[in-house]
Amino acid sequence: MRREGSPWRGLSAVLFRELFDNLTSARMLVLQLLVILFGGVVVYFAAEQIRNTTAEDPFLFLRLFAPPGQSLLSFVTVLSILIPLIAIGLGFDSVNGEYNRRTMSRILSQPIYRDALLLGKFLAGLATITICLITLWLMVIGFGLVRLGIPPSAEELTRCVIFLLVSIAYAGVWLSLAMLFSILFRSTATAALTSLGVWLFLALLWPALAQLIGEVISPSDIRFAQLGLPTPDTVAWQQGLARLSPGTLYGEAVLAMLSPEAQSLTNLLAQFQGRIMGAPLPVGQSILSAWPQMVSLIAGTILLYVAGYVVFQRQEVRA
Amino acid sequence: MSDTVIEAAGLTKRYGEATAVNDISFAINRGEIFGLLGPNGAGKTTTILMMLGLTEVTAGTVRVMGYDPGREPLQVKRLVGYLPDTVGFYDHMTATDNLRYTAGLIGIPVAERAKRIMSSLDRVGLADVANMKVGTFSRGMRQRLGLAEILMKEAAIAILDEPTSGLDPHATSELLDMIRALKRDGVAVLLSSHLLERVQSICDRVALFHSGRIALLGTVPELARQVLGGGYTVEVEADGQGLAERLAALPGVRSVEQPSPGHFRLLAEGDMRPQAAAAVVGAGGQLRHLAVEVPSLDAIYNRYFQNQDAQHAA
Repeated sequence: MRREGSPWRGLSAVLFRELFDNLTSARMLVLQLLVILFGGVVVYFAAEQIRNTTAEDPFLFLRLFAPPGQSLLSFVTVLSILIPLIAIGLGFDSVNGEYNRRTMSRILSQPIYRDALLLGKFLAGLATITICLITLWLMVIGFGLVRLGIPPSAEELTRCVIFLLVSIAYAGVWLSLAMLFSILFRSTATAALTSLGVWLFLALLWPALAQLIGEVISPSDIRFAQLGLPTPDTVAWQQGLARLSPGTLYGEAVLAMLSPEAQSLTNLLAQFQGRIMGAPLPVGQSILSAWPQMVSLIAGTILLYVAGYVVFQRQEVRA
Repeated sequence: MSDTVIEAAGLTKRYGEATAVNDISFAINRGEIFGLLGPNGAGKTTTILMMLGLTEVTAGTVRVMGYDPGREPLQVKRLVGYLPDTVGFYDHMTATDNLRYTAGLIGIPVAERAKRIMSSLDRVGLADVANMKVGTFSRGMRQRLGLAEILMKEAAIAILDEPTSGLDPHATSELLDMIRALKRDGVAVLLSSHLLERVQSICDRVALFHSGRIALLGTVPELARQVLGGGYTVEVEADGQGLAERLAALPGVRSVEQPSPGHFRLLAEGDMRPQAAAAVVGAGGQLRHLAVEVPSLDAIYNRYFQNQDAQHAA
């Protein structure tokens, strides 16, 4: 059965209203303050550290985002925590909020399809986060220009832009997860708690659990252990499982983009290609090595969105 | 184009095992006010949602101005204005902004929006609060804002779900006046309510719902004749000889009761006050009090289901 009319009808009306709503809400103000506070403090310390120590680093600018040897207080770590928080904060009441305000049936009785409503909400959320991230990104770059006094090279800039895009894709995953829960649960509090619970589980528990489960599925081989090496099968399982968490994927992609000399991803491949250990990769190769992670993040976004879409289409309108 | 705007035939909706709407058929004509009446949970809202294409039809057909809501929902929703049960708006936005958003969804040309929004707010008496946040609005004002939305849409059909529930008597009568005004514009109005008494005055025809079925359908006097065998009660207080016989002999009077001396209660097919007065005076009696009770839908409804239950018990 083919439906008449375009599913995109009314999309822009929904998109602009939601965007306006997001940007003017008190919630957004709080999130922005959080981002600026955390980001500002972290970048300030990174800049001070760079000024005091490294002078001959070819990727000085990238160190602003990811200072070497500092994993806990790096800008990237702060972002990997804040992005899910913003995305969940924007998405957890997007659909059930309409039911609770009793606006859903009135909106759906206008000549639009549900597609337009859901996509409009998603795109508005993503646009809001993007605006947030770009602001922050520009602030960091500007701060770097002022504090460090050297402009970023073209390569550094390219890496920074890709880092920004990966961050947006990462935000997309959490936004569509939060929206899925906002469709599944009629109570906004339940949706928020579930989203936060999933996030905490994936961020805190899952990396450790992945190690454990990987070990169970494919136990370490005694022969490798005696040589002091990890068993390749076990490591493969552990890595594969850990990558189910968007945080892991994001971390790996960012590492590849911001730390050109990092080798953790494609050690073996690099050696086959005649790479010298410890030498930085060119941008193209960095992108290539993080490509699966980036695609997975986008695929995860689409998958979660589609799951929400299917449930939403079949949902009864009456409260 | 025919005069029928909404036509349902054998419309049925099941949720798993439970049947919410069971094989109902009706037709609504241009410019009439049609009442879907019945207790809560009788299937009124489900019927409305099926007409709007907001829930799928299990069996049967429904056509709105010739369009199938299941296949051509956009066409249907362009023609129909819907005021849901306890309508909600975005509380942090002004009345105008709320309507502007809907205008965008409807696709009203930008140049016309401001004018249509203002004139519709004006018609429902909300022009002076047009730039106030809806969060400050009372329930009656929200219902009126919902009506303004339908006016702005210039819908051919207005579907109002429980428009008067939760309103005080003053707000109710204001709202009913506005619904009558809709009818004067040639809009077909379909309204649902569980408060039979309140809406009976404005409905041209009613369908009485009972557990998913339409039990009775027609104008109120028709139903009264059918169920109550008359429906009009004329109270006469008069002194005189042989009045009971005189009154009972009037054509159109079904029966005469005499609750106390000098007090007669006539069960009649219409408003028999003039004839009753003439009869009393003609018999040389003294007329002290004369009153008529129009048949109430409540009475019709209760009597009908008492009869049904009695038949089931038998």
